[in-house]
Parts: sequence; C-alpha cells; structure tokens
Amino acid sequence: MSSPLGMSLLSDLFSEGRLWGRLDDVQHDAGYGTSEEHPPRMGFFTDTSVCIGCKACEVACKEWNEVPDDGYLLTGMSYDNTQELGASTWRHVAFVEQPFETVAARPPQEPPVDVAPAVDLGMPSLGVPAGEDQATSSGESGVRWLMSSDVCKHCTHAACLDVCPTGALFRTEFGTVVVQPDVCNGCGYCVPACPYGVIDVRKGDGRAFKCTLCYDRLKEGQQPACAQACPTESIQFGELDELRERADRRLAELHDKGVDVARLYGRDPEDGVGGDGAFFLLLDEPEVYGLPPDPVVTTRDLGTIWKHVGAGAATLVGLGVVSFLGRRR
Amino acid sequence: MPRGEASMVPEVEFESYYGRPILKEPTWKTPDVPLYLFLGGLAGASSLLAEGAALTGRPDLERVARLAAAGGAAAGTVALVHDLGRPERFLNMLRVLKPTSPLSVGSFILAPFSGLAGAAAASDLTGRLPRLGRLAGAGAAALGPPLATYTAALLANTAVPAWHEAHRELPFVFGGSGAQAAGGLAMMLVPLDQAAPARRMALAGAAVEIAAAESILLRRGLAAEPYRIGMPGRLMTMARNCTAVASAATALAGRRSRLVSVLAGATYVTASLATRFGIFEAGRASARDPKYVVVPQRERVRARQGASAKMTG
Repeated sequence: MSSPLGMSLLSDLFSEGRLWGRLDDVQHDAGYGTSEEHPPRMGFFTDTSVCIGCKACEVACKEWNEVPDDGYLLTGMSYDNTQELGASTWRHVAFVEQPFETVAARPPQEPPVDVAPAVDLGMPSLGVPAGEDQATSSGESGVRWLMSSDVCKHCTHAACLDVCPTGALFRTEFGTVVVQPDVCNGCGYCVPACPYGVIDVRKGDGRAFKCTLCYDRLKEGQQPACAQACPTESIQFGELDELRERADRRLAELHDKGVDVARLYGRDPEDGVGGDGAFFLLLDEPEVYGLPPDPVVTTRDLGTIWKHVGAGAATLVGLGVVSFLGRRR
Repeated sequence: MPRGEASMVPEVEFESYYGRPILKEPTWKTPDVPLYLFLGGLAGASSLLAEGAALTGRPDLERVARLAAAGGAAAGTVALVHDLGRPERFLNMLRVLKPTSPLSVGSFILAPFSGLAGAAAASDLTGRLPRLGRLAGAGAAALGPPLATYTAALLANTAVPAWHEAHRELPFVFGGSGAQAAGGLAMMLVPLDQAAPARRMALAGAAVEIAAAESILLRRGLAAEPYRIGMPGRLMTMARNCTAVASAATALAGRRSRLVSVLAGATYVTASLATRFGIFEAGRASARDPKYVVVPQRERVRARQGASAKMTG
C-alpha cells in the first residue's frame, strides 16, 4: 500500500540528495528549472599555495560590500588580527607560523611535537632546504608560513539555509547562498547550524550576515571583489565544474613536484556537505587552518531527529494517559 | 571520583588554529532561550494535565493546569521574541513553513497553541463559552506534546557537538522534563485530593527524563564530556539530585502531606529548569572548544582511511 501523499513528500524531502549526499544540480533542487534554464553554478577555488597574505581580498570585500569594521584589536598571536570569519568579516586570511623543526619532526598524521620557537640570533642560517611545499616560507627565519584566505563555503547542502525559519537565506540562480537583510529577523539559528562557523549575527544590528559571493556583481557579469583584487590568483572565481578540473590539475602538478602535503578541501561532491561551492588547496591538515577536518551537514540526521521527536511526543501523551489511571486520590 | 569534578577522558592532543574555536558559539541569549525550553515543556505537558482533569472532573487541577499552559506559552513567546535580533520582525517566523527548520515548525506549533491555551484558560476563569473553551483546550492538548519536544530538534539540528550527538535522547529528556515541571507545578498549587494525576505525571516524567539524560551522560569518550564538567556539569548533577529527592518525597509522602507535596513540586520545577540550562550551556561549551569538533572528525577520517587501506591493501 502506498503511503499518503504528505508522507511520501516528507520522506522524499529528508532523503539523500535533498539534505545530504551528492547533488549535481543544486539550482534545479532549489526550483530554478533544468540546467539549460539557469546559469552554471559559480564558486571559488582558493589555492593557498600561492597566497602571500596581503589581505587585498579582505579589503576589497569590505569596500565593495560596505561591511562595517568589527573592532581594531591586536591579537598578539600572529599577523592575523582579523581572527575569524564573522558577520562583518567575509574574507579572512589565516596566518600559520610553523617552525621548521616542528614541520620536519612531525610524521604525517601525528600530533605536533613541541619545539621552542626559532630564535633569530642574527647568524646566517641554512634551515631545511626550501622545496616547493615551502613556497610561502621565508627561508631565513626558520619558519614555514601558511596563508589561506577563508570564505563562506556556499555548501551544496547548506545548513544555514535549511534551518532559516524566515526564508531570509536563499539559494541564488548561481548556486550560491545569500541572506536577504530585509527579511532576516535575527533569530540566530543559522549561526550554530554552520559546520564551518562562518555566519554570525552582527552586534548592534541584530541580523545575520555573511559572504554573498558578490551576488550583485555576478548579476552584472563581473567577478567577486576579492577574486578581482587577488594579486597572485590564489582566489580563482569561475564555474564550479571548471574550477574543480583546474584544481585537480594544480594538485597533480604539485604532487609531481614532490609537494605531497598538498590536498584539496571541499572539492569532493560526495563529502559531508555534498561538496563546497568555495573550496581550497591546502598544504596541511584543515584544522591547522581552523577548518573542520570532516564536516557533516546537520540535516543528514534530520529525518532521524524528527522521528525521535515524534516518539518523544508520543511518550509524553502516554505519560498524560497514565497519570489519570489508577486511584482517584 | 564524584561526577562533574574532572574529565573522564584523558587529555587528547589535536591541532588547531591557535586554539581558536571552529564553530561559532550560539548567539541565543540566556536566560531567554533555556527559559523558553523550560516554559514550552511546562506549557505543553500542562495542557495534557488540564484536559485529563476536565475529563475526570477535577476542577482545581484543571484551573491550575490551564493557567500553566496559557501562562507558560505566553511567557515563552515573550522570551522567544525578546531573543530575536530584530524583535519587531517576529511575524516573519510565519512567513514560510519549512520542515527542514525546527524553529519554523515550532513557530507553527507555538502560535496556535498559545491562542488555544489562552482561550481555554480565559473560558475556564470567566465561565463564558464553556464548550468553545473545552474545544480550545482539546486543541491545545493535541499541540502540547509536540510543543514540549520539538525544542529537542531545535537544539539537535545544529553543528553543535553536544546537542547534535544527543539527537536521539534529547526529545525524551525534554518530554520527561516537561511532564516533571507540569506535574510539579500542579503539586504545589492543587489540593491533595485532586493532585494524584499531577504526582503520577511528575513521577513518570522524572523516570523518563532520568533514563534519557543518563544515557547521554554515560556515553563513552568526548560526546558526554561537555555535560559532565564545568557549569553545565554542575547543573546536570543538580537536576539529577533534585529529581531523585523530589521523586522519593512524592512517592513516600506526596499523597498525605500538603507541605511535602508543595516542596517536592517546587523541587521538580527546579530540576526541570536546571536540566534545560545545563543542556543549553553544555552545547555552548562544546562549540567554544575546538577539541569537540576536531577530535571526533579526525577519528572519523582515520577510520575511513583505515577501511579503504584494508580494502586496497
């Protein structure tokens, strides 16, 4: 016997491909018709191996999008005073300083070995020969620099969008995820839903903000401000399919040169969020850059969650019935 | 070792970006949101108590439970609207109905529940339109159980480790905790000869709540740690102790002594509040510390790599 229409609609909604897993045409899923009827999915490929940490992307993003300042704090931890993505930071350049000893002494997949930071005695130093994987290292200070411009991932399965109760967050015709500030009522549900910790509520304003992948510029056929400003083409903008091929070629090239630490992050359409619209080439484990190593969209378990809520509610009904059985007093 | 004193898990080593959090800590305000979790549970379970009391002819119990359902829903709505970054836009919650958003579904439960429970209470107080009042009360009783438990989905459907990993248990914790609060409040305010259902609801709710909460706390590894240490650990311990004391007192003397009934009822309400605040704070703590994100995810990656190495190797 077939289940009622409502039930089958619901079970379809919570099925693989809708809320997790591989989904090849995300705009079609969002109601934009067939692949002929909507533009191709656009995204970023951020190749951190050529990032020089100039922060031009951060500045261009702030300027173009008129994003307000979010405090001028010196962290004292590194060159990174921006600290993290947030409501008023839509591009964030991470700076990782690794003493060569730490890098060299660490076998792959093992926790880091504590080494005193290199002290510059003003002596000529040799250090470890700087190979391709230290493309961003400064050879004299004995430090390997990792720099990476982080951004909203514009997930295939975007938890922020799915949990938004007002419909303020929506999927654009380019497959990106954008907040409508005139609809958002600042409920804040998107904030803990994001597995990357990207979106946040702006203090003093009350609404949630994040990268729009320059939706306004895309509509005019331009590229996002950060990609336009990037002097080293670390931030590459384009059709996602084409970017994925380009990233595969770049990874193969680096591996050929012996840079075995290079890996792609967020490129796999089979991963926990169905692949990222903005993905990365990294030179170390994701968590070193402040990225989750294996994010899974919360809605993968939403069917299970609702089933258990139903069972919990039924239990409460049972408690109510039981309370009125037995002795009158 | 007393619970809540120290981590049950040996310190793990993991890499991070200067020890900074990966997730954003929920911006939900306290006490607004944990208080709402409590009030929703209290109101939802009270609507059941009110309907049962009406069906079995217990007018004092009905009066108290109807007022608890209406008052809890109204106060909960105020807390929820106050928590918004743009409170004047609260009606945007009803702009769309999205089954993927527990907050959207919950708004469509809370809004009619508040209206129906309010109408039933008003009718009971004034004696006007008794039939419509009863009908409204029955409607509220139908929406009450989902009102008390959907908040579990609200917390679980996030990336917050302590909340998401407990998604199977939380609805039972919240349902049981709501029954405990509703029963407890009625025990405080209803004469002994009409309070038997309230006592039974509190006792049975406490049993469900303790069983579900303990199964979260007894998990192995990092998943349970946020519930066991620091302030959330102390709140969870306090909730369990309050529940145990109140249940013992209720079972032994709740039927005979009005004083015991009042004190045990208040202790049940306190336990329910402590549970909600404890669970809320455990989630915040687990979002603040990158350990709870990196370590389990890194283990997952290793397990996958191990499995694929076995298959190819």
